[in-house]
Amino acid sequence: MAKIELQKLVKEYGKTRAVHGIDLTIEDGEFVVFVGPSGCGKSTTLRMIAGLEDISGGNLLIGGEVVNQREPKQRNIAMVFQNYAIYPHMTVGQNIGFGLYTSKLSKAEKQKRIEETGKILGLEKLLDRRPAALSGGQRQRVAIGRAMVRDPAAFLFDEPLSNLDAQLRSQMRMEIKSLHRRLGTTIVYVTHDQVEAMTMADKIVVMRDGNILQVGSPTDLYENPVDVFTARFIGSPSMNMVEGTISGGNLSVDGAAISGLTLPAHEGKALIGVRPHDLVVGEAAGAGLSASGTVEAVEPLGSETLVHLNVGKAQVIATAPGRVVPAIGSTVSVHAGAGSLYLFDAVSEKALGRA
Amino acid sequence: MTMASTKELAANSRDIRPGRIIAWTLLLIGGLIMITPLLFMFSTSLKTSGQVYDLRLIPAAPTLDNYIKVLGDGRFMQWFFNSTLIAVTVTISNVFFDSLVGYTLAKFEFRGRYFIFLAILSTLMIPTEMLVIPWYLMSSQLGWLNSYWGIMFPGMMTAFGTFLMKQFFEGVPNDFLEAARVDGLNEFTIWWKIAMPMVVPAISALAIFTFLGNWTAFFWPLIVTTSKELYTLPVGISSFSAEASIQWELIMTGAAIGTIPTLLVFLLLQRYIVRGVMLAGLKG
Repeated sequence: MAKIELQKLVKEYGKTRAVHGIDLTIEDGEFVVFVGPSGCGKSTTLRMIAGLEDISGGNLLIGGEVVNQREPKQRNIAMVFQNYAIYPHMTVGQNIGFGLYTSKLSKAEKQKRIEETGKILGLEKLLDRRPAALSGGQRQRVAIGRAMVRDPAAFLFDEPLSNLDAQLRSQMRMEIKSLHRRLGTTIVYVTHDQVEAMTMADKIVVMRDGNILQVGSPTDLYENPVDVFTARFIGSPSMNMVEGTISGGNLSVDGAAISGLTLPAHEGKALIGVRPHDLVVGEAAGAGLSASGTVEAVEPLGSETLVHLNVGKAQVIATAPGRVVPAIGSTVSVHAGAGSLYLFDAVSEKALGRA
Repeated sequence: MTMASTKELAANSRDIRPGRIIAWTLLLIGGLIMITPLLFMFSTSLKTSGQVYDLRLIPAAPTLDNYIKVLGDGRFMQWFFNSTLIAVTVTISNVFFDSLVGYTLAKFEFRGRYFIFLAILSTLMIPTEMLVIPWYLMSSQLGWLNSYWGIMFPGMMTAFGTFLMKQFFEGVPNDFLEAARVDGLNEFTIWWKIAMPMVVPAISALAIFTFLGNWTAFFWPLIVTTSKELYTLPVGISSFSAEASIQWELIMTGAAIGTIPTLLVFLLLQRYIVRGVMLAGLKG
């Protein structure tokens, strides 16, 4: 097990800078998820930790030692790839055992480890099969097995679930999480799926354009996003964002009535964020934001209904209880209570606080 | 059930369209044209010297005397051995070196990679006839005339093989190689243990082409060898016609025996070559 430290880590491809000197400490045994849109530098950062990409600047420390110049094999880390990368010409057992290729263990000891790993992952009956005869989920488990068998200092996962269907993805999420609980090994996980990040991580690292925007626990990021990007990226459906003005301690938003809120100190234009789950269809009850709008579309999900409506010039998503499905074209009232409004500076897009 | 049968009938009747009949007829004619010389070869090998110009396909009095004579001739066995040694050595060498260079060009980023690839590719444009004189001069100066090495050296590595292998290695996903790198393998072992098994169809195709090419090679072995002990099979067989008179029945017997290894190689590797050709086709 090991602590991983990124100190002013830089990656450049020719004159293009893909990662801009990022700082991060991943504690021993922590499950850290890098999340962000395509091209944000998350995979590049992971590959630098693995040793598959040269580091252009800064330092990478694993277990307190600078490993910038070390080969992947000298870093004692294991990696699981997006397309599994299990070798088609080897059986499941050989694939798992391949993680021990350079190990000096005896043949019997290696076999014992392969069988133990197979058992943990529910592959014990498939050890003689070829990957072609396995399902997507089983292949993913083999890839994890090959990483596990080595007892590495850290596991690196590069979008490992993106090739699986939704149901299997949710099952594998829980399996990886329980595996982490059982092994207690540091995990660095890369994904563009915020649901994966929210459900699995101890700590989420939000990246954009080669920079880290925010680091924190899933709840922390959900409740206290530092800017508009993180606020909209975390949470599904995305946070509604409307323009407003703060003037003399009052907030005004086109097409909405606001009352009884304590606002952060700011003067001028602002962006007001409301999560769809906080914007509820129904009449106003107490302090907060109230508005009415025309229903554009509805998404009945069973437990709740997502209602897309036009409020003033903005299009927002609100929620209604599962059995309430407003007619398209009808006018409905929506309300967001005190404490559920996120305010951001309209120019810098940085958070101003909640109201 | 009835509907299914009707559908099947309709499908069958669609299959026997005039276009298909023409295609099958053309294929049949093509097949006959290709197999006729082979049949004549076997037929002639079963005839006596007096019957050679009797063009009947089935000999009047078939005999195995030619086979006994050819196989009993120590020189023939020597030529057979020479051809086998040369074809096998050159094939192994091609599979090894062409793959190694093809892999390097496909999977490693280094300065001048594109230039090296173009240089290798451009040698494909030089016909063998133009190379024979430089090869001969080189062999002569280095003392390689009349030696196995002299026969083999021009073909130990080929531009075509390198090109073929490079194209196939490009199709091997990098994740496999990186996974092995993380698992601690060195670059040579990654190539040998991971990349090579993934391009078996290409290796088989290359092995068959190289083996056949060297087994049937005539021009260069004829030029570089003067001692009869070093002749390859095609050169040796042709020498049957150089003596007093042309002994067609012996030439055909030698040729018939000579087809056996090529058939064996093809039978052994055919399931891979069909896949290889298909893959090569897909890759365009």
